[in-house]
Amino acid sequence: MEPSVKKKILTVDDSRTMRDMVSFTLRAAGYDVVEAPDGQAAMTAIAAAKVDLVITDLNMPVMDGLTLIRKLRAIPTHRSLPILMLTTEADEKKKAEGRSAGATGWIVKPFNPDKLVSVVQKVCG
Amino acid sequence: MDDLSRFKQTYFDESAELLAVAEAGLLRLSPGDVDMDEVNAIFRAVHSIKGGGGAFGFSDLVAFSHEFETVMDEVRNSAIPVTTELVDTLIRANDVLAQMLAYAGEGVDAPPGATDDTVAALRHALAASGGGGTASAAPQTPPPATSAVNDDEDDEAGIFGDAMAAINAARDSEAPSPPPADRVRWTIVFRPKSDLLLSGNEPAYMLRALRRLGDAEIVCHLDDLPKLADLDAELLHLSWTITLTADAEVGRERIDDVFEFVADECDIQITADAPLPAVIAPPPKRDAPPNTPPALSESALVPPGATAAKTDGTAKPRGAGTNGGPGTNGGSGGGEHAGLTTHTIRVDLDKIDRLVNMVGEMVITQAMIAEHLRDVPPGQFQELQEGLEQLAQHTRELRESVMSIRAQPVSSVFSRMPRLVRECAALTGKEVQLATSGENTEVDKTVVENLVDPLTHMIRNSIDHGLESPDERERMGKPRAGTVHLSAQHRSGRIVIEVTDDGRGINRAKVLSKAIEKGLVQPGASMTDEEIDHLIFLPGFSTADQVSNLSGRGVGMDVVRRNISSLGGRIGVYSTPGEGSRFVLSLPLTLAVLDGMVISVGEERFVLPLTNIVESLRPKPADLHGLVNKCDVIMARGEYVRLVHLHRLFGIPKAIDDATKGLVVLVETEDGSRLGLVVDEVLGQQQVVIKSLESNFRRLDGVAAATILGDGRVALILDVAGLREMSRHSGDSASGGGRSPAPALPAPKSESRQRQTV
Amino acid sequence: MAKTILSVDDSASMRQMVKLTLSTAGYQVVEAADGREALAKAKAGAFNMVLTDLNMPNMDGLSLIRELRGLPAYRGVPIVFLTTESDAGKKNEAKAAGATAWIVKPFQQDQLLGVVRKVIGA
Repeated sequence: MEPSVKKKILTVDDSRTMRDMVSFTLRAAGYDVVEAPDGQAAMTAIAAAKVDLVITDLNMPVMDGLTLIRKLRAIPTHRSLPILMLTTEADEKKKAEGRSAGATGWIVKPFNPDKLVSVVQKVCG
Repeated sequence: MDDLSRFKQTYFDESAELLAVAEAGLLRLSPGDVDMDEVNAIFRAVHSIKGGGGAFGFSDLVAFSHEFETVMDEVRNSAIPVTTELVDTLIRANDVLAQMLAYAGEGVDAPPGATDDTVAALRHALAASGGGGTASAAPQTPPPATSAVNDDEDDEAGIFGDAMAAINAARDSEAPSPPPADRVRWTIVFRPKSDLLLSGNEPAYMLRALRRLGDAEIVCHLDDLPKLADLDAELLHLSWTITLTADAEVGRERIDDVFEFVADECDIQITADAPLPAVIAPPPKRDAPPNTPPALSESALVPPGATAAKTDGTAKPRGAGTNGGPGTNGGSGGGEHAGLTTHTIRVDLDKIDRLVNMVGEMVITQAMIAEHLRDVPPGQFQELQEGLEQLAQHTRELRESVMSIRAQPVSSVFSRMPRLVRECAALTGKEVQLATSGENTEVDKTVVENLVDPLTHMIRNSIDHGLESPDERERMGKPRAGTVHLSAQHRSGRIVIEVTDDGRGINRAKVLSKAIEKGLVQPGASMTDEEIDHLIFLPGFSTADQVSNLSGRGVGMDVVRRNISSLGGRIGVYSTPGEGSRFVLSLPLTLAVLDGMVISVGEERFVLPLTNIVESLRPKPADLHGLVNKCDVIMARGEYVRLVHLHRLFGIPKAIDDATKGLVVLVETEDGSRLGLVVDEVLGQQQVVIKSLESNFRRLDGVAAATILGDGRVALILDVAGLREMSRHSGDSASGGGRSPAPALPAPKSESRQRQTV
Repeated sequence: MAKTILSVDDSASMRQMVKLTLSTAGYQVVEAADGREALAKAKAGAFNMVLTDLNMPNMDGLSLIRELRGLPAYRGVPIVFLTTESDAGKKNEAKAAGATAWIVKPFQQDQLLGVVRKVIGA
């Protein structure tokens, strides 16, 4: 059969610290990670190479997270792309907006590394 | 959370940058004209600081930044009006946030009550939104959950109920089989602009061209198609998704080429699915170790074109970690660019300085070797000669690379100015606007650091003495707010910084009388306007009527000029009474190494910066002219150019005086004025390491710095603009003699054959 | 049926080279020495494509492009213009005027053929 290949995850966040932490956590769990500082750069990265999962913050310059999710879902090839959003705990409103934009799930920040890994495994293996 | 504490330094570094961004944004906020993008940027900065703080458990910091963030949220929702009072409160909050970060950085608790006043002010501002704001109150009832399946959730994360089902369904409907080895599958989404046909482009030809590249499955999307009644036959409402399976050699460029003429106006997305490695049989054990696992597309069997992307940074998978990593102290930063994440690494400044020094020494050594080889008859040791030329080339490239590591945009200095301007304006009761341009101009780190003081003085000067009070300006028909314009640009191998104000200009009468009073100028001396303006740079000169608490005493332009000179720079001023003044600072791009031309005058050697040299000529007697009572000139390139005999200027014996027997090097200053330097010989081009004369000896007119040549001799690096000044004053004319302003050089013998360790 | 191209350039040698290259490849070529002549010929005939330089006397390339796009028959006809490498401004102007594609001077014969083929097929 096919040898197991690493899944590639795209993390999108304007905070360098946050990107570093997500990358570190997921790489330690055996994933390949690429980064983008905003929605626009994320679109470019996705056009350039196949990613298996997108984790995105919501507040970003140039293009924010909700817009990114909607744009991705509008492209037929990306209908099957799992997208997780980072939210602050209390924000039911944002969760609902994310749901209707087409997000697959959410993670609360600041995140618990084990939790992050387990959700990622659930949505993309 | 133990694992993540290694990112604390990254967090603090990033937060420092965010604070600077927030401060700059807050300073630009003006009540009448609020830029929402700025407000959002400030909000995001505070939001990020809060978020990171939460990750590391800095609860006081989080609590305070939450208050700050809440107010910013209201501002960006336009629920709170922007008043000067609000801006002041926010600036103060930003400062307090900086303090909280400092405490967190040192691992100590903030003193109790440290934030009370500011929090009170923030909450007071919040009250202006009429009722506590919408952000923290109970959210509007979320739309009813529409998922058929329940969400898989807990309080830390969750998956929307039907989301996974939708994803799986989408996966099944996609072409499941991977492309055969040696072929690559591309997914191309082409959404042309609707008026594509009106520029004569025909999508059908493009699709046909794609078909010629391989097997193409083309799906046409009709979702943008309007109703027939609304249809405009000349507009295009179609878009396509093409799945192209092509041979490995068909690279990304060939696909891009199909869309060559429409790419920048249409939405085109090209994705490659990298095929699996062809060799499957023996499961490669090498993939197992976690430390250096090659990511899929780095496998040697994958055709190079597969994941080629226009954008490098984000797409390339990384094997070993250059992730966050323990930040070293005082990293020079400056590596990340706004758009894509280019991978950066933080480096100790000392290491870079050592590197620059080593490269400098390498340049000297290489020059010495070249020098020795000059004595070898040509034709011998051919390979050695060629090898040495290559070495010279590599050294040059290495030097440029190393210098560019240290190059920083001047924005790091410019960004401190808005605050300075705000404070100065407040202290002097004037209204000032600061405009900047060329912030991205890059210059060596050492130069950048030395810019802060001179710029600060110049801006203070402009605001204090140059700009008039708002009332006075109004009376003159000028806008109440004065403008100070700060700009930076590269010009002929140097960086030129200008500080311009639209104030009252230099009061020449006052300057002249003060200069006479202080004995700096003879009464009755005739001076041009420009010469009078430049009097302000003389030591001991200050025309402050009152000692303003701003400019103080003794912080005069002479200090500024001295600082700039010590960097090998120059400063000049141009002023129009009633309209304003312009200070022009010119500095070398780097303080370390220079491309120069070595010339000889008598026994002495000098170096001329290559950027100043136009050409060298051997004049005929007919080209030389003497102007009565003035200087000799030479006709060169269609204009008369002042001749300067270097040996006269510097008092060098046994040098060639007749320009027709020596050489004339035509040089040019940054502002384009030219001189013809009379020299004995031109010895050749060389990279030289710049050593400061001023810090090792003292400042000399007409001399920018010194260097050590291949033979161990010290050569002075000439400053062309300085030579021009000297020649004007000493009147290096046929009448010879005259007092030369520069002290004569020390006897040559004591300098040569000595390699100074500096 | 062979496709017909209108080639517009004030340089006779350029026109000669273009004609040679394109007619050998099976296209019919009609020439004009400036924009005015080109416009007259365009109105009088029917072309599948127009290839034009930008700097010409009597009527320059930009004006020609605009005039052509104003004619109903030429609203969707491919117009290719010749440009120099460094002239980004002119390129944008020509595109804004409605040009379809461009070729950078100096160019080889096969480059010309490549662009023509891209734009009107064989």
